Amino acid sequence: MSAPLLQVRDLKVHFQVRGAGLFAGTQALKAVDGVSFDLAAGETLGIVGESGCGKSTLGRAVLQLLPATAGSVAWLGADLTALDKTALKAQRQHMQIVFQDPLASLDPRMTAGDIIAEPLRNYHPDLSAVERKDRVKQMMDQVGLLPAMVNRYPHEFSGGQCQRIGIARAMILNPKLVVCDEPVSALDVSIRAQVINLLMELQSRFNLSMLFISHDLSVVRHISRRVMVLYLGRVMELADRDSLYAAPRHPYTQALISAVPIADPDKERAKPRVAVNDDLPSPLNPPSGCVFRTRCPKATEICARVSPPLQSAGAGHEVACHHWRD
Amino acid sequence: MSVLDIKNLTVRFATADGEVAAVSDVSLSVGKGECLGIVGESGSGKSQTFLAVLGLLAPNGRATGEVMFGNTNLLAADEKTLNGLRGDKLTMVFQDPMTSLTPHMRVGRQLTEVLIRHRNVNAAAARDQAIAMLRRVQIPEAERRFDMYPFELSGGLRQRVMIAMAMLCGPKLIIADEPTTALDVTVQAQILDLIRRAKDELNTAVILITHDLGVVAGLADRVGVMYAGRLVELGDVRQIFNAPRHPYTKGLLACTPRLDDTTVGTMPTIPGQPPNLQRLPTGCAYHPRCPAVMELCRVERPPLLATPTGSLNACFLENAS
Repeated sequence: MSAPLLQVRDLKVHFQVRGAGLFAGTQALKAVDGVSFDLAAGETLGIVGESGCGKSTLGRAVLQLLPATAGSVAWLGADLTALDKTALKAQRQHMQIVFQDPLASLDPRMTAGDIIAEPLRNYHPDLSAVERKDRVKQMMDQVGLLPAMVNRYPHEFSGGQCQRIGIARAMILNPKLVVCDEPVSALDVSIRAQVINLLMELQSRFNLSMLFISHDLSVVRHISRRVMVLYLGRVMELADRDSLYAAPRHPYTQALISAVPIADPDKERAKPRVAVNDDLPSPLNPPSGCVFRTRCPKATEICARVSPPLQSAGAGHEVACHHWRD
Repeated sequence: MSVLDIKNLTVRFATADGEVAAVSDVSLSVGKGECLGIVGESGSGKSQTFLAVLGLLAPNGRATGEVMFGNTNLLAADEKTLNGLRGDKLTMVFQDPMTSLTPHMRVGRQLTEVLIRHRNVNAAAARDQAIAMLRRVQIPEAERRFDMYPFELSGGLRQRVMIAMAMLCGPKLIIADEPTTALDVTVQAQILDLIRRAKDELNTAVILITHDLGVVAGLADRVGVMYAGRLVELGDVRQIFNAPRHPYTKGLLACTPRLDDTTVGTMPTIPGQPPNLQRLPTGCAYHPRCPAVMELCRVERPPLLATPTGSLNACFLENAS
């Protein structure tokens, strides 16, 4: 196996927020709290979790769109968090992002062609207008947009087409890494499958690495090679796709998987459910020890005292739970 | 005996570009204690159908046809009659629990208001009943939550409050429009359990509108599939999922990623995109995307007809095979 493209080590992103009350000091909201993983070239890592688990913050911190509080993000061996602005800009062309809301992430006053060409203007100002236009049209063709629509504005496109524009913009510089932050969540069922296929096709054609952030465990299963489960900013479980879905070790992963409705009436009605109690605790005041213990059916006294480290539970399978063997 | 009986419902909107039919000629009914799932993509008319039932269409919308709720034709009823039914025998749960609760009113008052208005009880009795209902929908510390404002509650708790409100007066029918779409998956499972219990314990009829086929599979007894404002298939939940007849239903099921699906690689898709209601294709609205399209489909619209298994299907293939 080749050296990983991306090595994230003990990454922390803490936000300072004002506490309740007029004279309260600031408190740290630990959105991402000590996340480590490797990403190889051409690999897709799915990142799942419920709202507020830090999955989007993690994606942005990897791209240095948010400053990391601690930890390192090594890109081909060089630490991105230590780079200055100019050096970081040079690296940025290799890493791109696709956002959730296809319309809101496109400038309404720019044409599709201008939007897709913007990264080229930024990084390859030497290209002539004709060359630029050619590359834009080529890219539009590759993402399934009619090149003839190059002069249209975002509002003239459907949601699925807007997402294709966003993908074309991310792909035009031939990046090595694309962070997809809920790229299909806003799309209709019939369009979602088309965009998933497009992402998978682009990935194999350009040997892309992807961080695929989603709350939808079914979509993540389809597109990822490995999957990371986040809860309150911490990694609960990280495993190969089939291993995670077939034999989840962490009680939170088990609860998540058992809660996903399956489009089959007999299976859906017969399946056992792992119950979790209560809603998410406040991320400002997370539980001591294991952050999941307040909702965990297996929690015991040790879980309140000791935060479980991520430990190996078989080949390529890591889990952060004191009781995963039970 | 059906609780709600919709006959030939059509909903048109007057827009700057002329009149648009969001719902065309929909007929369906739901019986006591039954859950009818309505699935479709955005713009399929699934929400507008039931907003018309509730008399909640936007001002430029107009509904024709007949909607019988008991002995009342809701489309012909005046505002006073509707107000007497809505919130009492006919209730609704909307998608976004933040925007459907009044932000400046305590949760308790929003609940007791329903009882005081429809049940003519005094404030103390209303409070007791409301708190009992909050317990019933498994809201922890119900007394304390009773005095809170909606913004102090999480999304899951707010949706529980909405369901408590919808169940307060012992409704005959609850219309739930994407009740769990804004919620996390573990919370979604709990909310669906609540709806299931309301249906089983109170024998309430439930109409569950959603784009999520998994949600429908778990809860519905019968399922209606809508496309471009029309019902294209309607049948028993097992028939719809195990032996779909309409090509659109088949396509939807095929392109839904499933958690229990271990296949990798390219997913089946439905080509193209849902039609613009202002420029509907001729004939069957699905024909430009249909893998089994025939010459007839381009010119004539297939009627919704009974199949040998008792379901309804609007496809010429049904008759051809």
